[in-house]
Amino acid sequence: MFDFLNNTGSIPIDYYLWLSGVLFCIGVMGVLLRRNVIIMLMSIELMLNSVNLLFVAFSTYLGDAKGQVFVFFIMLVAAAEVTVGLAILTMIYRNTKSVDIDFLKNLKG
Amino acid sequence: MLPVLFIALSISAILCALGVVVSRNPIHSVLFLILTFFCISGHYILMNAQFLALVNIIVYAGAIMVLFLFVVMLLNLNKATEPHKSDMAKIAASITAGLLLMVMLGVIKGVSLPSFDGMMDSENGYVKNLGRVLFQDYLIPFELSSILFLAAMVGAVLLGKKNIEE
Repeated sequence: MFDFLNNTGSIPIDYYLWLSGVLFCIGVMGVLLRRNVIIMLMSIELMLNSVNLLFVAFSTYLGDAKGQVFVFFIMLVAAAEVTVGLAILTMIYRNTKSVDIDFLKNLKG
Repeated sequence: MLPVLFIALSISAILCALGVVVSRNPIHSVLFLILTFFCISGHYILMNAQFLALVNIIVYAGAIMVLFLFVVMLLNLNKATEPHKSDMAKIAASITAGLLLMVMLGVIKGVSLPSFDGMMDSENGYVKNLGRVLFQDYLIPFELSSILFLAAMVGAVLLGKKNIEE
């Protein structure tokens, strides 16, 4: 499995696929496992970053710079998402004095 | 040298990502996530994507994580007071994530991609080439993203205000 250690030129694209899959699943686990909204947002960032990593890997692999431009846009969207998400979170905290996701059942009726 | 760096960066990225998920204190989670972003930037540098490596550090580790850190500290959450889910829910979440991981790895295992050389000599990630692509082919999305940012900024300010009526 580690025969590529002897090869100093490049790293097979498969390894980036593995790494990115593992990181994405850790992010999914974070969203499912925790109740703290901040940590759920951070897990979403983790998932976005694993996808970014794969985008860059394939962009380099295919010799096409467009993938890296898309990573740039994903970063922009992630920044906007976090800004609004944290603003909503502070409002929720002001009303419920908690960042526990299980308290947010008001829409359930 | 390159594979050793790859292995080291991958292992530290995965360990730090696990640290984000399992650590009790939100501050520790934020710091672990910053470390993860640095490891991913290291991967970008290995792939010669220098611009994205720098932007990753500046935007993610610099701006977004400082925002998280500010919110954690302003809401005074820097103590492990999170009421924990029942063991049943924890086991269910772990099993679900593990199954997803197995499905993804099974799919990846079936893919056969041709090997290639000279990946690390690619000059795609240089500012020169990336800027040319960004401002020739993707100029309109780039400008539209500024409108997105404006909307996000106005939304954040509006949501963060205490009493909108007064």
